[in-house]
Amino acid sequence: MAVWDDLVGQQPVVEELSAAATSAAAVVAGSADASAASRMTHAWLVTGPPGAGRSTAARAFSAALQCTSPDVAMGAAPGCGFCDGCHTTLVGTHADVEVVRAELLTIGVKDTRELVRRANLAPAGGRWQVILLEDADRLTEGAANVLLKAVEEPAPRTVWLLCAPSQEDVLPTIRSRCRQLRLRTPSDGAVADMLMRRDGIDPEMARYAAQAARGHLGLARRLATDESARARRAEVLRVPLSVGDIGGCLRSAQLLVEAATEDAKQLAEETDAKEQEEMRAALGAAAGAGGRLPRGTAGIMKDLQDRQKRRATRTQRDTLDRALGDIAGFYRDVLAVQLGAPVPATSDDGLREAVASAAGAGAPEATLRRIEAVLACRTALERNVAPLLAVEAMALALWKG
Amino acid sequence: MARKTADNLLAAATTLAVGPEELLQERAAAQVVAAARAADPDTDVRDLAPGTLQPGMLAELTSPSLFAEGKVLIVRAAQDLAADTVKELKAYLDDPLDDVRLVLCHIGGAKGKGLLDAARKAGAREVPCAKPAKATEKLAFVKAEFRTAGRSATEDACRALLDSVGSDLRELASACAQLVADHEGTIDAEVVARYYTGRAEASGFQVADLACEGRAADALEQLRWALAVGTPPVMLVSALAQGVRSVGRLASARGGGRPADLARELGMPPWKIDVVRRQMRGWTPDGVAAAVAACAEADAAVKGGGDDPGFALERAVVTVARAARSASRR
Repeated sequence: MAVWDDLVGQQPVVEELSAAATSAAAVVAGSADASAASRMTHAWLVTGPPGAGRSTAARAFSAALQCTSPDVAMGAAPGCGFCDGCHTTLVGTHADVEVVRAELLTIGVKDTRELVRRANLAPAGGRWQVILLEDADRLTEGAANVLLKAVEEPAPRTVWLLCAPSQEDVLPTIRSRCRQLRLRTPSDGAVADMLMRRDGIDPEMARYAAQAARGHLGLARRLATDESARARRAEVLRVPLSVGDIGGCLRSAQLLVEAATEDAKQLAEETDAKEQEEMRAALGAAAGAGGRLPRGTAGIMKDLQDRQKRRATRTQRDTLDRALGDIAGFYRDVLAVQLGAPVPATSDDGLREAVASAAGAGAPEATLRRIEAVLACRTALERNVAPLLAVEAMALALWKG
Repeated sequence: MARKTADNLLAAATTLAVGPEELLQERAAAQVVAAARAADPDTDVRDLAPGTLQPGMLAELTSPSLFAEGKVLIVRAAQDLAADTVKELKAYLDDPLDDVRLVLCHIGGAKGKGLLDAARKAGAREVPCAKPAKATEKLAFVKAEFRTAGRSATEDACRALLDSVGSDLRELASACAQLVADHEGTIDAEVVARYYTGRAEASGFQVADLACEGRAADALEQLRWALAVGTPPVMLVSALAQGVRSVGRLASARGGGRPADLARELGMPPWKIDVVRRQMRGWTPDGVAAAVAACAEADAAVKGGGDDPGFALERAVVTVARAARSASRR
């Protein structure tokens, strides 16, 4: 069951996918009866909270579909994790697995048309043509409509795997064409266990990271392994403590946004210059950064820069979004203390005191209003409100309570 | 005096009109032409539109004619000339002909700088044609227009004209000419108001300043003007938010510091600190919170979250103006 190992605390989903992969293998072998074939279908929608492993589940399932292990013929479940099929799928080089990841804010119609074309090809390896959309929620409405027909009746051996945070994030017309899989938020224990088992993190740190990540596996791993991520989190969590007056609010809002911008810039520095240099080389530009481009190719460079700019916006928003998640988590703990709810805290021991003092300072109603303010800020950012303005409005709302 | 200027103009073999303002370039060229015609009515004037001067043409244009009349060559958009033409021009500049006056209209800046430098080195007369940026420069331009026409105009009239016509020099010049032609005697604000009303330019910062001072009615009027002249709503919201932010940050800055220190701490220019200080009086912390929230809401609304950007902006302006007076209502 090797390919399923990365899915933490999702036993029911693993069972369903594994059964589907088994009957898919039977279909490929031509030995499927009607009841077995019905376990497999051509379109799946994987939903679940961020970081619960939507794309990991989809990837594991595609690996299982491509599994060529000889054990399968002997009755073992597909998805060994070692054969060619599994291995190439997991590292992302399998010819019949197309993984679509939205680096930008949305996936547009043009990219989607290309996917539809691809969906009509027969699988090169003779098994399944898998198209995995990691961010189906980022499909624009037009793009989703382009997919309708292809998702409803694809070529016989084509499988669509769509991932989205919730079912409401995709169009109802797409949703109704897919079999739905719901992942749940993995428990802190399961996450900590995974960190210790997989990454060899010591138990204390694993417990902290699992708590702080609120069920987000990737975040938990980053917190457990990356010192700067922990520092960033500590900085973000100072925001609720520094909204004592409007000056503090405006300052911390600015700090938050600047940190996010800095993040985006760092990523841009790593990738943008390299991409531009590669593109220049591909276009046959003169060597060196200032070299003259061949006639008529400036537009292509401009497209690239445009795309990079949009990617920077996305990075900035994602970073801010994570920070807002941390702040909302803080107030959740405050609320839990105020109401005396016996739920495990998301914040670590160092913040216990801050949580306790914040809980003593206000009423639960105020805390709820503050959580609402954080969530409203997230919505505002999604609606393209200027980040600084949105975060300032949130910080002032936190101050007012 | 006039005689002397004309001599001056004719003395220079080459005139450089440097700057992006086309009206001034044109006037510089026209001056040279007028001076040349005054000296010799048969002067042959060649006005070369951008792109007309091709390699090889210069020799033909400058070659002496049978009747030995003077010549004026006006080269428009000299910054866009082809490299070969520039080479010919440079060669000509080193060895100009006596009866040819050359006028080079150049936009300034880095493009085609070689030609500019060569002309300067050759001792060309240079006429600056920069766009007036400051309000006082524009005002001076309008005054000079009336003075050149031999008419007097009041300060108020010049200001009113600037407000209602805008800052495009060509439009200003033609408006001045029109007023001079239509009206006799001193031109005052009333005369300007008879022919020109309204407002050609209104910026988000004016709206924001008025709103932050609590002058809701004035701010709304300015907002309507700004929308009417096509200022993007997003810019207006951003200016409004900037205004409120400045108030909030200055209000909570460690008080009593010198403006220069404060300016450095808050990242604002010192004059801005004084302006914001004046605005700050009527504000309360609750007011700042309400105003920022209103700006954020308006920002979402103008970016597609609402039906009517104008309405969203008006609401935000009213909320900000009310917040700016929240202290006095207590």
